[in-house]
Amino acid sequence: MKHTLAVLVENESGVLARIASLFSRRGFNIHSLSVGQTEEDNLSRITLVVEGDERIVEQVMKQLNKLIPVYKVSNITGDPTVSRGLAFFKVSSDYKTRSEIIQMVDVFRGEVVDVSRDSIMIEITGDEEKIEALEELLKPFGIEEMVRTGKIAMARGEK
Amino acid sequence: MGSMLTGAEIITESLKEEGVDIIFGYPGGAVIPLYDQLYEEDFTHILPHHEQGAVHAADGYARATGRVGVCVATSGPGATNLVTGLTNARMDSVPVVAFTGQVPSHMLGSDAFQEADITGITMPITKHNYLVQEIGELAKTIKEAFHIARTGRPGPVLIDVPKDIMQQKHDFAYPQEVNLRGYKPNYRGHSGQIKTAAEKINQAEKPVIYCGGGVPISSACDELRELAKKAQIPVTTTLTGLGSFDENDRLSLGMLGMHGSSEANLAISSADLIIAVGCRFDDRVTGKLDEFAPEVEDIIHIDIDPGEIGKRVSIDIPIVGDASDVLQRLLPRVEEKDRSEWLERIDDWKDIDRANIEFSSSGERASPHQVMEAIDEATGGEARIVTEVGQHQMWAAQHFAYSEPGQFITSGGLGTMGFGLPASLGVKAGLEEEEVFLIAGDGSLQMNLQELATARKNDLDVNIILFNNTYLGMVRQWQEIFADSRYSHTCLRERHTCPDKCQGPGLESCPEMVPDFMEVAGGYRLESARVSTQEDFEEELDRALNSDEPYLIEVMIEEEENVFPMVPPGGSLYEMIYEEESG
Repeated sequence: MKHTLAVLVENESGVLARIASLFSRRGFNIHSLSVGQTEEDNLSRITLVVEGDERIVEQVMKQLNKLIPVYKVSNITGDPTVSRGLAFFKVSSDYKTRSEIIQMVDVFRGEVVDVSRDSIMIEITGDEEKIEALEELLKPFGIEEMVRTGKIAMARGEK
Repeated sequence: MGSMLTGAEIITESLKEEGVDIIFGYPGGAVIPLYDQLYEEDFTHILPHHEQGAVHAADGYARATGRVGVCVATSGPGATNLVTGLTNARMDSVPVVAFTGQVPSHMLGSDAFQEADITGITMPITKHNYLVQEIGELAKTIKEAFHIARTGRPGPVLIDVPKDIMQQKHDFAYPQEVNLRGYKPNYRGHSGQIKTAAEKINQAEKPVIYCGGGVPISSACDELRELAKKAQIPVTTTLTGLGSFDENDRLSLGMLGMHGSSEANLAISSADLIIAVGCRFDDRVTGKLDEFAPEVEDIIHIDIDPGEIGKRVSIDIPIVGDASDVLQRLLPRVEEKDRSEWLERIDDWKDIDRANIEFSSSGERASPHQVMEAIDEATGGEARIVTEVGQHQMWAAQHFAYSEPGQFITSGGLGTMGFGLPASLGVKAGLEEEEVFLIAGDGSLQMNLQELATARKNDLDVNIILFNNTYLGMVRQWQEIFADSRYSHTCLRERHTCPDKCQGPGLESCPEMVPDFMEVAGGYRLESARVSTQEDFEEELDRALNSDEPYLIEVMIEEEENVFPMVPPGGSLYEMIYEEESG
């Protein structure tokens, strides 16, 4: 099962290396990772998606907590959260397929961000399922290139 | 306000603030400014003959004194030579602060001469580490490092200081407080959990206390003893927990695990309640995990590191906190109870080892258990015993009745051959008045043999007992039992002229041992003696104890002497073997 962890860390050099080293050393799998600044100057937030059963995830959290620059680790998997990822697709397309692709992208509330004679570039934000659904639909046209961010997530309501 | 000091002065002033008086260090290019400052200072500086010696000595010093051990090395190879020692300290939770010099800041990352990314390298083997990037951060970094090393679950911290930072000047005011929002160890155990634990203890018919290295670290031995006595609960300790409980007490089961006593392993295997304190259910302790403690109904685990709870064994009553705090608060809730039935059952098991283990008793050669017992007797059971790693380590653990915490100092988690000699020097440097023994093997002593010079030059009066069986004995034992005596490269007499398949040991044609340890000792200007019989050993022991110089006694023991009982790797604790029959 996939778990989403929100990890608040001191914004200092080496912190990402410490986390990566911990995961590889203890044999934990990272499905995705994204990192960025928070509302507080010295804190960054890492959203980690980790594969594993309850026991593994518990160990992951405990080991993360042992790292000195890690301030707080929360498992937000079961909580009501909003989560988003971003993806770019470069899809093979000529004048014959272009409008069909654009229609599909509209349904997904994606955006066409670049068009050339033989390809079209699409931007989409959304949760994992949405991005993967669009990917499936675009595959038959030929995905030339895809790039995805890790997911970021935030709990709903007051906290 | 603070005055302007160089980075090197900031380091030495900070060390004084931390109460450091001994530094184990080795000079080199990148630490010349620091050594220039040390020239002015009053620290006791002990120069080992390899940086690995420095870190192990700091480790031994820390274990013996309970204070933070400090070592210094230069950049590059000096720093990488600390790696084994830092890992060792990490595995056994020993507070060590290591300072390494680094190439000047402007050359970082350029593959400069003697540059190594030591913070990158030591990330997974230290509790934390720092690369100091600004002189203004130096004092704060040192303050934090000592705090992190000695609090919570202790461990090694490395501070990498570029050479130019040691030379720059800055205001100095040592911070009085540390504020690390990501590091707040939880010392106080949860009251509700403590209450539940007490109830379980009061209900249990066949409880066992399983005590690890965390108990002496937390100075919780008095509380542990009180608990055991009040509730009549037998106590088994791990290798690093030896001495936490008086082994002369009826409630003592000795050590458990792979080479633990029968009574300890059978008691754990029959217990209905395990009270695990300051330990981590290491594979050498549990044996086959699925068959560990088959009759247990509940396991209480008290540890300051939440990461250890539930890591290998699922725990019914976890208590995160300092062992001393938790046991203190547990005590009043635990009832006095008569458990004589359980204790009598255990008493019967106490004869098993003696009845089943046969030591070679040719009379020609001293037997390791008798040697250890002679040391126990001659020192009134009060010696500090430091060991290397291997068979001799297990004999030392088994055949000496430890009664005080910190009395047995050994590389437990990492099993580092070469730890013992430098560690014993650190122990002696920290506890000058105490009788310190190093129990070594002919293999592991050679891993840091150069430290004999350190013993000599600093007059560190350690009594070195070298069990020589001319083999890497522990591996040889495994080869004998599990690999049909195929002694593949474990014979230390082996030469390139030997037949491909050794027919030994002990043939006429076997080459003589290299080195001759008596000549080695002579080269290092040490007093020494080689003995074979128990009688001769005891005579030399007497001499060693009466000498105030380091003394090496080489004891020639049977080549194929084994350590028993033994739980074969992957086997369950209750299936011990007592002789060489194939497991």
